[in-house]
Amino acid sequence: MNLVNKYGASVCLMICFLIVWEVGARILDMGFILPAPTDVVVKIWLLKESLFLEHLPATFLIMIIGLSLSIVFGVGLAICMSVSKTVEKTFYPLIISSQTIPVIALAPIFVLWFGYTIWSKVIVTVLITFFPITVNTYDGLNATSKEYKDLLKTMGASKKDIFLKLQVPGCAPYFLSGLKVAVTLSVIGAAIGEWIGAQSGLGYFSRRMMTQFDGAGVFAPIVILSLVGIGLFIIVRILENNILKWRKID
Amino acid sequence: MTNTILKLKDISFHYDHNTVQKPILKKLNLDLFEGEFISFLGPSGSGKSTLFKLITGLEQPTEGEIYLRNQLVINRLGYVGYMPQQDLLLPWRTIVENAALPLEIKGMKKREAYKKVVTLIEEFGLKGVENCFPSELSGGMRQRVSFLRTILSGSNILLLDEPFSALDAITKLSLQEWLLAQWQKRKETILFITHDVNEALFLSDRIFVFTEAPTSKLKELHVPLTRPRHVRDLNHPDILQLKDELLDELRVRPSL
Repeated sequence: MNLVNKYGASVCLMICFLIVWEVGARILDMGFILPAPTDVVVKIWLLKESLFLEHLPATFLIMIIGLSLSIVFGVGLAICMSVSKTVEKTFYPLIISSQTIPVIALAPIFVLWFGYTIWSKVIVTVLITFFPITVNTYDGLNATSKEYKDLLKTMGASKKDIFLKLQVPGCAPYFLSGLKVAVTLSVIGAAIGEWIGAQSGLGYFSRRMMTQFDGAGVFAPIVILSLVGIGLFIIVRILENNILKWRKID
Repeated sequence: MTNTILKLKDISFHYDHNTVQKPILKKLNLDLFEGEFISFLGPSGSGKSTLFKLITGLEQPTEGEIYLRNQLVINRLGYVGYMPQQDLLLPWRTIVENAALPLEIKGMKKREAYKKVVTLIEEFGLKGVENCFPSELSGGMRQRVSFLRTILSGSNILLLDEPFSALDAITKLSLQEWLLAQWQKRKETILFITHDVNEALFLSDRIFVFTEAPTSKLKELHVPLTRPRHVRDLNHPDILQLKDELLDELRVRPSL
């Protein structure tokens, strides 16, 4: 009942959209330009083995490695910035301006540097997902007010106590909303990376189908990519609900 | 009540970043005795909170010395229990976890700390909400958790900074009565900031009034009431006269 309330409207709209698309595609009847949704589903079924056993794992691996690196370095840098004013002054403007670099345009360079290995794709993913994680974590660590810090100090708290008992738990909601953005971006990062230089992966597969004028073949891996993104998003949401139980009550 | 528990000797203070400004405290002396209930009364901005920051050790006096139990203590952080104006409970911790915070910081194992808190929960009227989060509690209850946390800091000197100022009149009164009962039972020394004259008269043994700025001398008043007290005692003619005096005192602002 709750699910219907929550997602009913968007599901209805999606179904309407798919019906219009289906009908439109049938009338147009040019499968290589606009394949019907049912064609795409059929395509996924036909290619299920190579899509799910070969290309999905390749892309998923890029996303997971990329996200893990972003979390490790992003959180690490955020902590360094919150601890040291000098680090903050040095890195914060650079992190912000790094977002003005069109990563997509740089992707071919990474292929030159790292070849067709997984790392050229991982770099693209990291560059895209790094930002929301770092900035959100940093903001979260800095969000603790002076009153709370002073109170803990009067209890005799050390810097470590303040960090572990105040800043880290206070930062969790910020980090998790950054992660939510990052997981969806990681799909884009991995797909772009694969477009430019790869021998497997859903992005690569989609592009290869393009050269073969196989419209349904282009859409099939994209549908899977977006489902992966939604899946990861839901996982972070579940994580959020478990870690931030206290927030649900408000 | 003859042991001096807290002694301020020739305390002067001004904030570093504002040397042009007049000092907030100037050569202030104060002696407080064990087991006393002391109120500090004054308009906002008169230096009450600054005085508390100095006593807790969050700030150091520009000049002068602070003695705890006749010993000069420079790093006072962790020696004095402090209860802030807002409850400042950590929203992600349950009531028990919040109250156990000072014990954890003192190095006690979590399990032991929670056990100790649970033994006090009933006495503080928090039975049944131990595992709730602060956002589920009323303002009055949150202040009780905050007070429990202050008690568990383990200090005999408790500094309470306008703890009831944000509460409605009825909750405020019941918490004042409850606080008095707790204080009489535990024999702590309580320093209490307020800008409510009635509150100060009802609770305290002695009242110190902040008037001039910079503060070099606090006007001292003994409350001529026996304990246990009842709110009706505040209607006694002597107390009413004292109240008028206090109000006059607070109203007079020095011309600059």
